[in-house]
Amino acid sequence: MNSVTLTVVSLLYLMALFGVAYWAEKQSEKGKSLVTNPYIYALSLAVYCTAWTFYGSVGRAVTKGIEFVAVFIGPTIMMPLWWIVVRKIIRICKVQRITSIADFISSRYGKNATLGVLATFICLLGVLPYIAIQLKAISSSFLIVAHSSGDQDADDLFWGDLAFYIAIVLSVFTIIFGTRKIDSTERHEGMVTAIAAESIVKLVAFMATGFFVTYLIFDGFGDIFQKASVVPSLSKIFVFNETGDFSEWFWHIFLSMAAIMFLPRQFQVAVVENVNEKHLEKAIWLFPLYMLLINIFVIPTALGGELLFANNTVNPDNYVLAIPLKFNQKILTLLTYIGGFSAATSMIIVETIALSVMISNNIVMPIVLKSKMMQERFKGNLSNVVNNIRRTSIVLIILLSYLYYKTIAEHYSLVSIGMVSFTAVAQFTPAIIGGIFWKTGNQKGALIGLTVGAILWFYTLVLPSLVGAGAFPQSIMDNGLFGMDVLKPFSLFGLKGMDNISHGLFWSLLANTICYVYFSVNTQQNSIEHNQAVIFVDIFKYSEQMETSAIWRGTAYLSDIQMLLNNFFGERRTEKVLKLFAQKHQINLNSEKTDSRLVAYAEKLLVGMVGTASARIMISSVSKEEKISTEEVISILKSSQELLSANKTLKRKSVELEKATSELKDANEILKRTDKLKDDFLSTVAHEIRTPLTSIRALSEIVYDNPDMEIDERSHFLGTVVKESDRLSRLINQVLDLEKYESGKQKLDKEEIDIQDIVKDSIEALYQQTKEKGIKIVFIPDRFAPRFEADRDKLVQVVVNLLSNAIKYCESNKGQIIVATHYVEGCIYTSVQDNGAGIDKKFQRLIFDKFYQAEDQTIKKPKGSGLGLAISKKIIELHNGQIWVESEVGHGSKFTFMISVV
Amino acid sequence: MKELIKVLIVDDEPSILMSLEFLMKKEGYQVFIARDGSEAMDIIEKEVPSIILLDIMMPNVDGYEVCYHVKNSLRFEHIKVIFLSAKNKEMDMEKGYSVGADLYVTKPFSTRTLVAKVNALAVNVVSGSAS
Repeated sequence: MNSVTLTVVSLLYLMALFGVAYWAEKQSEKGKSLVTNPYIYALSLAVYCTAWTFYGSVGRAVTKGIEFVAVFIGPTIMMPLWWIVVRKIIRICKVQRITSIADFISSRYGKNATLGVLATFICLLGVLPYIAIQLKAISSSFLIVAHSSGDQDADDLFWGDLAFYIAIVLSVFTIIFGTRKIDSTERHEGMVTAIAAESIVKLVAFMATGFFVTYLIFDGFGDIFQKASVVPSLSKIFVFNETGDFSEWFWHIFLSMAAIMFLPRQFQVAVVENVNEKHLEKAIWLFPLYMLLINIFVIPTALGGELLFANNTVNPDNYVLAIPLKFNQKILTLLTYIGGFSAATSMIIVETIALSVMISNNIVMPIVLKSKMMQERFKGNLSNVVNNIRRTSIVLIILLSYLYYKTIAEHYSLVSIGMVSFTAVAQFTPAIIGGIFWKTGNQKGALIGLTVGAILWFYTLVLPSLVGAGAFPQSIMDNGLFGMDVLKPFSLFGLKGMDNISHGLFWSLLANTICYVYFSVNTQQNSIEHNQAVIFVDIFKYSEQMETSAIWRGTAYLSDIQMLLNNFFGERRTEKVLKLFAQKHQINLNSEKTDSRLVAYAEKLLVGMVGTASARIMISSVSKEEKISTEEVISILKSSQELLSANKTLKRKSVELEKATSELKDANEILKRTDKLKDDFLSTVAHEIRTPLTSIRALSEIVYDNPDMEIDERSHFLGTVVKESDRLSRLINQVLDLEKYESGKQKLDKEEIDIQDIVKDSIEALYQQTKEKGIKIVFIPDRFAPRFEADRDKLVQVVVNLLSNAIKYCESNKGQIIVATHYVEGCIYTSVQDNGAGIDKKFQRLIFDKFYQAEDQTIKKPKGSGLGLAISKKIIELHNGQIWVESEVGHGSKFTFMISVV
Repeated sequence: MKELIKVLIVDDEPSILMSLEFLMKKEGYQVFIARDGSEAMDIIEKEVPSIILLDIMMPNVDGYEVCYHVKNSLRFEHIKVIFLSAKNKEMDMEKGYSVGADLYVTKPFSTRTLVAKVNALAVNVVSGSAS
């Protein structure tokens, strides 16, 4: 395969990758976002596996044995902890609109610009070599494949500097992937999908080679191990080094645990690009599974390579390619080449984008924004400035990596440079882990810890490589700096017996952590630091409310804020965004000065664009801020916390209140009705009393004034006076009676009674009336009705009332009344049925109300107090029974009461 | 003269009817009796009484209606209407006068006063019809 074919294939692959990204973005625009798929998220995490994994794992397995798995064990151990650590970081970043690890640290420690710069430099220094080795991997794999086809001119291709052109091409692609959109919180959906696709490509490619070695060249795992076990020098590959230092394992595992979270590219895909915290659930098992799969064939391939290239003619880092080449497997060779290519490119793309965001947001923008001249110059066009800074950064990063590759990287294997990078980002561990779990951790601690850690890292791990490249004298390595033995980079303070990486990690992280803790404990936080500390540590408590409760107090002109946002979002979008926010929080946009919530919101929007520190600078430039003391911050946060819970309580209370109000309304309605009823009752009573009183007075006066009246007439008049007096006293008694029932003062005098006796007694009592009117009463008793507890006199009163009503409404001499008792299922029913006038349906329920006639004057008024049925009803209710009427006009009425006797 | 004056008594209480009938007859009026509003209307149509003693709370057609009907008809508007009612609230009396009553007497009443009042109205009726 000559170099032209390889170049074309590489470019085609990149185009395909871009196609995937483009397609993903189009899908997203159509609302069918692919990154909502948790598998895409999990696969994108596999950007962890770079060319180092692809080529270097086999190389490291050959030189160091099984130890290479340490960097995969670390993440595997770490993954379950992600639910605690990374989920929290994701939430913080979402709420605070943080888009890079440098921004995260800067934001946590009081939005400090210096920390952002420092973190960016650590990332840059740490990661540039890492990018460099990816370039190295691409160019060397290219040359191996090209050479094998006899294309010896490949070295001179592109004027002998293949890696440079690779760097250029990758810069272009990274720019296309990474800076198409302006707002970096808007995530790179296309890029993530492409990275996920690359993860599949490299996995398939590596497994294909591994399968080829294990099953086609050899006869399975057993065969390889058996053949290798015969060669003594190879046994070290697949057994633990018994003389080995287990501390080395420990440190390497620890290192990779930090790396899986804090490498800029891992932070980018795991945190910044995360769209749903729930995706972590899948990633927790899927990502370790991915790592297991990609490592299954590492040892067989290493052993196979050692067996096939016995006399060390081939660099073990290249076995993955060399084996298919040796067997002239063109397709497999190409697939493997593409696999390695994809592992390298995915790393370069994501890492560079992440770094470019850091450079623009934490280094360049603060400078641009601090300069009045620059601001004037780029006024209204800042988003383009940001984009251009990022593009320039991308080119610079890749070119710097190329430079590093040219000068230093060629002397080192893939893995060792990777580990140095890991150690660099591991310096973030105290500041970040402390930052999200320990409120006391402060700016000074982070600043000093990181600086000391970075210096020690540089001294113990980078300096030696620079010495190796000839930049510093070898004497530093041999005799220590300034000839001091304790300052030997590989055995600082005389610490020996550790490998370089463990040694460097140990000292740098130890010093870093001690400084961080010491200065955090012994120095004070300022208010903004404290504010951020509380928000970060208690993010799950505050994340619901952060949008509204910002700890900011001061004044700014709305027009200034608007102009600031216009620079990035354009006038139309700014207006829309502000309007929405104002609507949501009921802020008046017409006032000259702004609401502090709106200022805080604007700052947050800007953070997404230019990072925490830059946003801070911009907001400060247009607002007059009032200092808030730490105590105030705490009290504001506390009160907003209380407000939140108070709000919840209030909501609950308000619902309760609403219920109570409606109940009260109902009660009031009933009360009003009752009140009106009482009024009506009183005036009816008065009326009912006045009527007989009128007759009595008139008739008495007549008798008194007319002594010469006829004797018959006179006695008739006096008889009527007596009758009316009776009526009056009966009425008064009944009114008092009813009052007793209604106020609940009436008690029952219960004894065991027989319903038949009650009915018989009642009929007896009315014997005279019945006889006078010529009415027939028939009694049909139910002899199965049991005796039960009741108030005899009261029940008699009820039956008498029903009977006298019946008599009243029956026509003389034609009337017939049937009284019956029935015992059914524990209830005694007593009914009084007449063949009188009957009652209209619409009045059947009303007649049990007192003086119901009073409410409707059009009803034929029955003679009587109008209280009889009302009292009867009360009596039956006191016996826990019911009373009702069935009737039809012209067909008589049937009154029934039911009393439960069980 | 008084025999020429027709008095209609409307009430649903037999004992009150009884006493009023006695009183009016004794004064020499020609007395008619109705037990409810509609019965009263019939008698008014037929007899055109000069004076009506009218109860208010009665089944079917109440006293207000009867009075309103009388006072809004050219034929009957000259008839003197005396309300006799147990309703003694200011509001009830106002309503009584508003439908055109000439007098509102609350129950229970003094028979002597009532007779005097009826007689006073009857003088007007007589002089009215004389002129």
